[in-house]
Amino acid sequence: MIDLLTIFVLAVFVGFEVVSKVSTILHTPLMSGANAIHGVILVGAILITGSAESTLELVLGLLAVFLATVNVVGGFVVTDRMLEMFKR
Amino acid sequence: MTVQLMYLVASVCFILALKGLSSPKYARYGNFIGAFGMLVAVITAYVHGVVHNGLWILIAVALGVVVGIPAARSVKMTAIPQMVALFNGVGGAAAALVALAEFFAVPDTDFLFRLATVLTVLIGSVSFSGSVVTFLKLQELMTTRPVLLPAGQQLAIAAGVSSVALCALTTAVPNGFLLWLLAVVGLALGVLFVLPVGGADVPIAISLLNAFTGLAVAASGYVLANTLLIVAGTLVGASGTILTRLMAQAMGRSLTNILFGAFKATTVAVHGEEQRTVKSGTVEDVAILLGYANNVVVVPGYGLAVAQAQHAVRELVSQLERRGVSVAYGIHPVAGRMPGHMNVLLAEADVPYEQLKELDDVNPGITSVDVAVVVGANDVVNPGARDEPSSPIYGMPIFDVDRAKSVVFMKRSMRPGFAGVDNELLYNPKTTLLFGDAKDSLTKLLAAVKQL
Repeated sequence: MIDLLTIFVLAVFVGFEVVSKVSTILHTPLMSGANAIHGVILVGAILITGSAESTLELVLGLLAVFLATVNVVGGFVVTDRMLEMFKR
Repeated sequence: MTVQLMYLVASVCFILALKGLSSPKYARYGNFIGAFGMLVAVITAYVHGVVHNGLWILIAVALGVVVGIPAARSVKMTAIPQMVALFNGVGGAAAALVALAEFFAVPDTDFLFRLATVLTVLIGSVSFSGSVVTFLKLQELMTTRPVLLPAGQQLAIAAGVSSVALCALTTAVPNGFLLWLLAVVGLALGVLFVLPVGGADVPIAISLLNAFTGLAVAASGYVLANTLLIVAGTLVGASGTILTRLMAQAMGRSLTNILFGAFKATTVAVHGEEQRTVKSGTVEDVAILLGYANNVVVVPGYGLAVAQAQHAVRELVSQLERRGVSVAYGIHPVAGRMPGHMNVLLAEADVPYEQLKELDDVNPGITSVDVAVVVGANDVVNPGARDEPSSPIYGMPIFDVDRAKSVVFMKRSMRPGFAGVDNELLYNPKTTLLFGDAKDSLTKLLAAVKQL
């Protein structure tokens, strides 16, 4: 448990450090990029569905997999479309 | 071991993706790296973590791709904020569902894991319903003004208190029914929380909900003892928090004031029917003013985007530059519908990002600017924010365009801006008003400048 807490605290510092250097021009892509990254819940959704025993778990898990996938692919594609315009 | 290593690779990719955003040049590669990290993580989870239901999972992923990609490809740049809100909402919902499923799979875990579970369910639900309401507001499927329900505040407090109570109860006594109830209360809380947030403040709500989803994902990382989810969720939580703070600063208001002190639109009629003179000019007047200036600053606002006039303004600016006029764009942090939205809209119109200047770049030299052109913006140039402590937007940093040598104000009508506050700048003798649709006016202006 303390290991997980350590990781959490360190990630807080890394997050603040990295994000505070983001150029203000790119705040919208930052938000949508961060959005795509929290789609990583897809990993959790896959793990939980892959070991689901009951129908309830399976249904909840699959719904989560679907929603998380929308989050991931949508997030990265939208971000890419925006950043493409800044690249020159 | 390999699994942990792969998750570590993915975590590093996510950090690099965010780090890439510190320069517009490399940002796109950063995003590729982030997507690559995501692919690594998902394949690892699928290969090592899936005992059964593999086919079902693939079908669900395929459906998600079929829905997500076309939606992301077809969205207009003006509609990006609501799209981000929607993607954010589904992410929050996914986190809540994962925690629910895990609870039914392993109901008798220890105290801390249960706490993480109930928090994931609560925050995920709030984030989902809140995001859906922001989507509806920005898409203008419902009113953009603050919605003040009768006894809305009491309802919100009741929902808040009962969600805390349910969290405590479910952590103490694991019970499936209570957890479902918590999810429902969370959904209600999200709606009640976003309804009173009005128009211009909605972006702050999006940014905050983004941070919430990040936290929900991090908490679900505890539930599943998965380091990748903790790291990625925390990164998002941090970025959402920073952005929310920056936005609140840019509006010169505290976060609590934005979320709970709905503008209530009481200040609109302060000046009543009192007739005050404004100076309105013709397209030709303004063309001469601009064509023979040395130094011009354009301050665009969301009105520019609504009129789809990004390209028209860029053409006008190029024409002016051909005449030797030096032109910069003054971009206020809250211009547009989310932080940095105006930069995206202008980038879409091929405006080089070097021309996009911030408050601190523009204001110190504003007195030597010959013409400041305000297009579709209002509150961000309202001197009341600087000079009148009684103004509801007092304290918001503004472009001091009233200190430029002259001002051209392109406006559709005399209606006040989003905040419903009268703008003294309109009555300033230095100001020339150009009424009409922004795109229309800019096109005519371009033709007139070419004639000079």
